[in-house]
Amino acid sequence: MILSLKNVSKTFGGVKAVNKCIFEVEENKITSLIGPNGAGKTTVFNIISGLAEPDSGIIRLGSKNITGLAAHKIAKSGISRTFQLTKVFRNLSVRDNMLIAKKASDDEIKRILKSIYFDKPLDTIASELSYGQQRLLELARALLMPHSLLMLDEPTAGVNPKIRQELKTILRNLRKEGKTVFLIEHDMEFVMDISDTVIVLNEGKVLKVGKPKEIVKDRKVLEAYLGK
Amino acid sequence: MIHDFLIYFLLIVLIYTIIVMSFNLAVGFTGLVNLGHMVFFGIGAYASALLALSGAPWYLAVPSSALIAALSGAIIAALTVRLKGDYFQIVTLGLVFIAVTLSRNWISLTRGALGLPGVPPIFKDSLHYMIFVMAVFALSVIFFYWLTNSGTGKIFQAIRDDETASSVLGKNTYFYKILSITISTFFAGLAGSLFVHYIKFVDPTIFDLEFFVLILSMLIAGGLASIQGSIAGVFTLGIFVELIRFIDRVPLLSTVLAQHPELIGASRTMVYSVIVIYLLIFRPRGIFGRVEV
Repeated sequence: MILSLKNVSKTFGGVKAVNKCIFEVEENKITSLIGPNGAGKTTVFNIISGLAEPDSGIIRLGSKNITGLAAHKIAKSGISRTFQLTKVFRNLSVRDNMLIAKKASDDEIKRILKSIYFDKPLDTIASELSYGQQRLLELARALLMPHSLLMLDEPTAGVNPKIRQELKTILRNLRKEGKTVFLIEHDMEFVMDISDTVIVLNEGKVLKVGKPKEIVKDRKVLEAYLGK
Repeated sequence: MIHDFLIYFLLIVLIYTIIVMSFNLAVGFTGLVNLGHMVFFGIGAYASALLALSGAPWYLAVPSSALIAALSGAIIAALTVRLKGDYFQIVTLGLVFIAVTLSRNWISLTRGALGLPGVPPIFKDSLHYMIFVMAVFALSVIFFYWLTNSGTGKIFQAIRDDETASSVLGKNTYFYKILSITISTFFAGLAGSLFVHYIKFVDPTIFDLEFFVLILSMLIAGGLASIQGSIAGVFTLGIFVELIRFIDRVPLLSTVLAQHPELIGASRTMVYSVIVIYLLIFRPRGIFGRVEV
């Protein structure tokens, strides 16, 4: 187990966005966090990565308690992430975007970019890239940063079918390399195809944790999430 | 006379360029719209004047005043950079009013509205002083080019583009924002010191918002996040502003201005306002800017 959440809660005003959330993410696996809109998935991601402070609960990365640490300290502890809405540095070149994550040679940067099918020149300004290419650049940046856990918030949102297919291959390759991936995703076909474990969140609480085959057959999940 | 005017013009342009480059570091490169930037120019001017008037040699007064401005900048930044967007701008604008009030009312230190006259010059003749300022200017340009292309400079730009993304990539954005403001205010203080040793006088009008608007206009005209833009902005607007001095010699206009001499002063503000409005509409990145205003 690389990441564990114990009784993590977060309230915004009167709304309990995350309610005594308990789950674990296993090492060298792909774990998906799913749930209907407003279930608290992104809030959970923000709490883990230090962008939001939990009201209560404990978060551990390996054996280290990272609860309430600043985002940059959590990043240095080994969590790398991307966002639902792409956050590239728009006015910087591809190379500079990558160098913010880690000092690296052009060869190392090119190797990472090639591994995710990104083929634009390093001097291209990020704002000149298509949305799909920007998402790939953000992923490359997250991969370059030294990490033990990679968190991806809706990696397929807004990308074309070709890049979506490439993303599957990329994630499978990462698993082969022994990386741990934790992702939020709405595309059920994508989730069921690549995940080792699926965590279903509903109204801020964990509804079910299991393998994809178990999740699709679970009555509670179907009622809450799939609406059947 | 032309010789004296050219030296005056070059000196002012060089000093203003140091201010605009330092302002650009905060605004253009780091995204911190510090509306109180000229306060640190004033702090540098007052500190240098007070030190020089109390007998400190220039080689102590000039760097010390820049350091005093930088220290003030670091303290203000530590208290304010966590404020987002408009709130940061409002607080830093408030600094201007605090500075004006302090400089007008702390009579024992500043002599209030009377100001501090008789600041000793660094060189007796202005040509030598211009060469000295040119050397400081050249070193400042080299420093800003180096800084903005360094790893730290790229982090400043990353914070400007997306602070959240910078923090999840392990960057302590709070520290880097303080660092940017500290460096920026160091150079504003340095410019203030160079200015006061040339003008030989400082009073609370150094904090006037009109002066700030001129510097802001030069920044916008030259373009954000560009050192060559800062230089071009100051020279372009500087030339226009100085040419306005001779507006009463233009045929036709001379007749009108003879009847309404109050328009001569106002026309200066009007000219750079028109230039900035034109640029904002037709060239929103300014002359060399890399980021839209």
